[in-house]
Amino acid sequence: MSQSQSQVRQYELIYIVASDASEQQIADLHTQVEEIVGRFSGQLEKTDNWGRRKLAYEIGPHKEGTYVLEHITGSGELMKEIDRRLRVSDQVIRHITVRVDEENKVIERARAVRKAGSQRRRVARGLPPERQPGEGPQRSDDDDDRFSGDVEEGM
Amino acid sequence: MREGRGGRSSSSDSRGGRGGDKKDDKKRTLFRRRKVCKFCADKIDDINYKDVKLLGPFVPERGKILPRRISGACATHQRKLQVAIKRARQLALIPYVTE
Repeated sequence: MSQSQSQVRQYELIYIVASDASEQQIADLHTQVEEIVGRFSGQLEKTDNWGRRKLAYEIGPHKEGTYVLEHITGSGELMKEIDRRLRVSDQVIRHITVRVDEENKVIERARAVRKAGSQRRRVARGLPPERQPGEGPQRSDDDDDRFSGDVEEGM
Repeated sequence: MREGRGGRSSSSDSRGGRGGDKKDDKKRTLFRRRKVCKFCADKIDDINYKDVKLLGPFVPERGKILPRRISGACATHQRKLQVAIKRARQLALIPYVTE
């Protein structure tokens, strides 16, 4: 693995913009982030605006906020700079960056292992490796009673 | 001796009455649903902090994380769940505490 390859990582950035900020200010924040990403030669893969949401608890005077999710590929220094900028910003009331490439790898591996196992077992039983439509018991979500959230039961 | 035996037999009689209750107890334990890890059973690999709908049932009204002995989640998934809930709390998607 080369040096430059090891430095490219995938991150998710979510920030909450105060509800009194205008559309324009939210757009400005987005361009600010975009600009920093460009400066550190990273890439902004995807942006997702969740819109206005009620906060689960009050953060200072705020009861609502606009959530913005950005998928960013780049180096750690890039995220450090974004973190610093968002920390200084008045409109952003909360933000979090999560590195996702390692987690995604684990998830994909788990899915691949499960799929390979099921295909192997199906072939061993003389069935085609993929599940055919209309095969086996049809289950609906309604008859799932394993977890009811019943606290008394286990006590 | 005899008295003792008599006493014992009488006590066993009275226990016989209580035995019915005990049987009920046993019935209850027998009928207790076996807990299965929801994530293993439903093959959910990705416990994501953004998925409030998924995390919701594991955060009861009070806002605390539901313990494994009640939710039935396996160690691996409870650990992932814990991380996801804590991240969601930072983002005010899930409360830390509710009165």
